[in-house]
Amino acid sequence: MIKNLSLLKPNRESLHVYVSLGAAFFILGIADVTFNIFEFFPIWISFFIPLVLCFYGLHLIRIEFSGIKILDILNKNINSNWFNAILSIFAIFLLIKSIPPILDWLFFDATFIGSKKEDCTGDGACWVFINVWFERLMYGLYPINEIWRINAAFIGLILIVGLAFFVSAKIKNYVLIFLIFVYPFIMISLISGGNFGLEWVETNAWGGLALTFIISIFALTFCFPVGLFLALGRRSSYPVIKYASIGFIEFWRGVPLITVLFMASVMFPMFLPEDTYMDKLVRVIIAITLFESAYMAEVVRGGLQALPRGQYDAGKSLGMGYWRMHLLIIMPQALKLVIPGIANTFLALVKDTPLILVVGLLELIGMIDMAKTNPKWLGFAAEGYVFAGFVFWIICYAMSRYSISLERKYKTDR
Amino acid sequence: MSTIIEMKEVNKWFGDFQVLKDINLDVQEKQKIVVCGPSGSGKSTLIRCINRLEEHQKGKIVVDGNELSEKTKDIEKIRAEVGMVFQQFNLFPHLSILDNCTLAPIWVKKTPKKQAEELAMKQLEQVQISDQALKFPGQLSGGQQQRAALARALCMEPKIMLFDEPTSALDPEMIKEVLDAMVNLAKGGMTMIVVTHEMGFAKEVADEVVFMDEGMIVERAKTKEFFANPKNERTKLFLSQIL
Repeated sequence: MIKNLSLLKPNRESLHVYVSLGAAFFILGIADVTFNIFEFFPIWISFFIPLVLCFYGLHLIRIEFSGIKILDILNKNINSNWFNAILSIFAIFLLIKSIPPILDWLFFDATFIGSKKEDCTGDGACWVFINVWFERLMYGLYPINEIWRINAAFIGLILIVGLAFFVSAKIKNYVLIFLIFVYPFIMISLISGGNFGLEWVETNAWGGLALTFIISIFALTFCFPVGLFLALGRRSSYPVIKYASIGFIEFWRGVPLITVLFMASVMFPMFLPEDTYMDKLVRVIIAITLFESAYMAEVVRGGLQALPRGQYDAGKSLGMGYWRMHLLIIMPQALKLVIPGIANTFLALVKDTPLILVVGLLELIGMIDMAKTNPKWLGFAAEGYVFAGFVFWIICYAMSRYSISLERKYKTDR
Repeated sequence: MSTIIEMKEVNKWFGDFQVLKDINLDVQEKQKIVVCGPSGSGKSTLIRCINRLEEHQKGKIVVDGNELSEKTKDIEKIRAEVGMVFQQFNLFPHLSILDNCTLAPIWVKKTPKKQAEELAMKQLEQVQISDQALKFPGQLSGGQQQRAALARALCMEPKIMLFDEPTSALDPEMIKEVLDAMVNLAKGGMTMIVVTHEMGFAKEVADEVVFMDEGMIVERAKTKEFFANPKNERTKLFLSQIL
């Protein structure tokens, strides 16, 4: 048995010897990365020691068809040749080096309890900052006593959406119509107030995550139908409609959103007659809607072009006119095809909302900007942006999952 | 019997290429006509002109008393009376077979849903796929899909049925089931114009056969006459190749 033992060419006969030896080398290497065992060597040697140890360890356990299931899976996936072994080693080292400090900063060294900057004594994150500013981050400069109105508006929204999932198909249509055409206005009048004995809160005071949601919800609901019509318009056989649509789409796709927002808030009022007034938030929502609808139009057009001509022929031959054919046959199929693209556009829209910062509306990111420049709370930008990133990720991931479930639901081919 | 389709001096161009040259064709009610000819001879274009899926540029087409032209209002109404079956089936993949059949009756003819479903089931029964009614087109074989497409067209209760090479995209063993359904329909007294290469079907069902080549109607004759002694040289050549 010893005769067959070669230190460079592992073989199956002495499988257990090689595997134990390899594992030992590998573990020694990992231990060195973690605890710096070989520190006494000069830096240029000790730096490479774990690499060499792990590499040799992986080399020893690289035995094909060993019969040990875990070993085979390992070899196949992360240790199939020397190059993959090196990549695997680097990946593992990177994780070992990076994960503990991140966890330390996020949780173990972080301060959670307190009410002022001085409470944060640890080396980690100061979540007290988020804690203290939480209401501001969620509701902006909205009067504290009136916050229940925002809560009520969003809880109502969630309840109605929930309701739509549980009622029968027939009532569901009414619920959806109410949700799209009536509820947004109830929501707005509840939040802005000024009637029914509610105190008027001007839109400048709106902000935080609530504003992110308000802008996203309105822009999403409006940009979808506008985009559909633009997509159809671009394929129209009437030159006026066609070129108007092309011009509109190419204009909005060609300008940066930040310019559009700036125009909407600064330039646009100059062109209005003196006695007319349009709220800044409304202008911003319209600007974002038009901007995103151009993208939506192109996404939908992609779906329309993917449909075979036979579908149009079949619709026409059954006596359907343009609108019926598009409503019943073309659009359902085209939209189904471009669900990923629509989700993409919607995600981009939600993540574009922080740009309204440039016109002085402060949604989540804007509020964090404000909080981190507060003299009492200087120096907590990292906590703020990590928190914002986390919140946006939750929102966007939820939307992404929902789009995937829609794709599954409407999958009818096989 | 009265004339239900009348084509006079119909011409059509795709760009510079003339696909139809001075087509004259009239079809009587309940007549079954088979159109054959080499590929690229304009057969499909001819029948697609009858429900104006293609627009002709010169000449006159009258379908059931309505002339087809740019001025024709309610082209949808005429199309609703002219059913069509396509080479590629063209079922709506996002709807079940039953919904495929009831969609147009409900939305175009405003038939109540229940009535439309009854009619659809009857038509699906006729083509022997009523057990597939709740499946989606993607789950059916080609032959079943084509029969479903036939049922869908019949649900509009059309006066005329057009068939554009209905069996050309099918595997050989499925051709018969579709042809059988078409023979049944013919026996029921439907006015039919069928573009096909299935000469057996032509012999069994057709009253007259039209032979087209290079955009022209080369020969039109009673079915027996057409097969027994074709007059035109090109017809003879075509028949010798295909039979």
